[in-house]
Amino acid sequence: MTVKLPIYMDNHATTQVDPRVVEAMLPYFTEKFGNAASRNHSFGWAGEEAVETARQQIASLINATPKEIIFTSGATESDNLMIKGIAEMFREKGNHIITQAIEHKAVLDTCKNLEKRGFEVTYLPVQHDGRVNIEDLKAAIKPTTILITIMYANNEIGVINAIAEIGKIAKEHGIFFAVDGVQAVGKIPVDVQKDNIDMLAISGHKIYGPKGVGALYVRRRNPRVQLSAIIDGGGHERGMRSGTLNVPGIVGLGKACQIAQKEMPEEAVRMLGLRERLRKGLEAKLDEVFINGSMEHRLPNNLNMSFAYVEGESLLMGINDIAVSSGSACTSATLEPSYVLKALGVGEDLAHTSIRFGLGRFNTQEEVDYVIDKMVQVVTKLRELSPLYEMAKEGIDISKMKWQTA
Amino acid sequence: MAYSDKVVDHYNNPRNVGSMPKEDPNVGTGLVGAPECGDVMKLQMKINPETQVIEEAKFKTFGCGSAIASSSLATEWVKGKTVEEALSIKNTDIVRELSLPPVKIHCSVLAEDAIKAAIGDWKKKHGVEVPVSEKASH
Repeated sequence: MTVKLPIYMDNHATTQVDPRVVEAMLPYFTEKFGNAASRNHSFGWAGEEAVETARQQIASLINATPKEIIFTSGATESDNLMIKGIAEMFREKGNHIITQAIEHKAVLDTCKNLEKRGFEVTYLPVQHDGRVNIEDLKAAIKPTTILITIMYANNEIGVINAIAEIGKIAKEHGIFFAVDGVQAVGKIPVDVQKDNIDMLAISGHKIYGPKGVGALYVRRRNPRVQLSAIIDGGGHERGMRSGTLNVPGIVGLGKACQIAQKEMPEEAVRMLGLRERLRKGLEAKLDEVFINGSMEHRLPNNLNMSFAYVEGESLLMGINDIAVSSGSACTSATLEPSYVLKALGVGEDLAHTSIRFGLGRFNTQEEVDYVIDKMVQVVTKLRELSPLYEMAKEGIDISKMKWQTA
Repeated sequence: MAYSDKVVDHYNNPRNVGSMPKEDPNVGTGLVGAPECGDVMKLQMKINPETQVIEEAKFKTFGCGSAIASSSLATEWVKGKTVEEALSIKNTDIVRELSLPPVKIHCSVLAEDAIKAAIGDWKKKHGVEVPVSEKASH
């Protein structure tokens, strides 16, 4: 079977919208275009009904109730709302927030913003496997702690945190627990009751839904969570998020959640099969490759691997018919290698050689085999070009060399 | 990021890849950059001690496409030149030839450093006096 090029294997960045989702959305651009807030005519009622169906579909996926779902413009807004909303609302109760080093920038930069406004933030380090150490977390809790915010699964290394354990600790201490669930929801079972999650940020476009729409789960009972709004206006979404609802986007998000819930058991097994085929294929054909982060606690669709002695951007250039990401500095806007890998204690030399593969619903076994062959071919070629590989083969310890750094 | 055609060409068909024996008295070796910075270039030149002409040049580079292209181009340019002429190659010449964007200028700087380091190594082996022109450039 021939493989259609280019191959998309960057599903942590975004996903293709599932055709079934597109189909569900289409009528809400045309004949069912009503404003869901219009209470006095059938156009509005149709919009409202569609939004409520979506709320139900999302709630069902995470074991919540529909009233606990707030629609937003995406997970960045959801992350902002859950953190700033609690900070603002409970500032008199305390000013301390606990998070961790490898959160998404939407969480880290929100916390940095709050620091400027008088909040104290603890950024827990992560272990070499990419997970938060529970003892570190317990030790960081203070009488002034009002919020713990830890991501379910990391977007670069796919490592899954001990969310249920953290949720239990937060509950015992009466601290709100906010979770960035972007990479986990729809991919692995997420249960806000079992995990004691008070707020959960969800994105549409990471789960085969549209871009520009997201959701925030906000617990209504035991405890009832109150958030200060960060966008003021017409008082939509129980006053927590004003702004006319993006009905087609919401319909798409709902449909994406419904599909994910129905197909997750099979899909997760298929993803794991493809991921393991990719991992084993690369490990069998290349020496000196290293996996970044825990293999045990990892999303089934993620592989993050360092290809020693081969710089990431040059690798991407060689595999230009395959869409993946690199932790190399040269591929980032900041010219710094991945802060995630750095926090794991991965040396900067190896961070520069990392590639993130994000498998998705539309990837096939043939594509995985093509990626293995191409990666092996390009890595081998670039290693022949690499002075570091040559030195390593001569038995020189590169880490002990004196390099002239600029 | 879009690469210039010349960068892509050097990346796909790098010129003069390889190594020469470091111990050879006529071979100068320059190793510049650092793995943690994401760029390491090794540039070697075989220089005729009589004529001071660079008869052969080889490189190996760990780095992005622009770093590979800059060092590949450097080997092309120095071949057949005298030591003096090779030392007059400036990083800006490389930037112009490869149409490197501002974020990739450091790759050209590294290539210029590699040329200087390789010639410096050869000179050390031969006890050659450092010419005035090189002193002035520092």
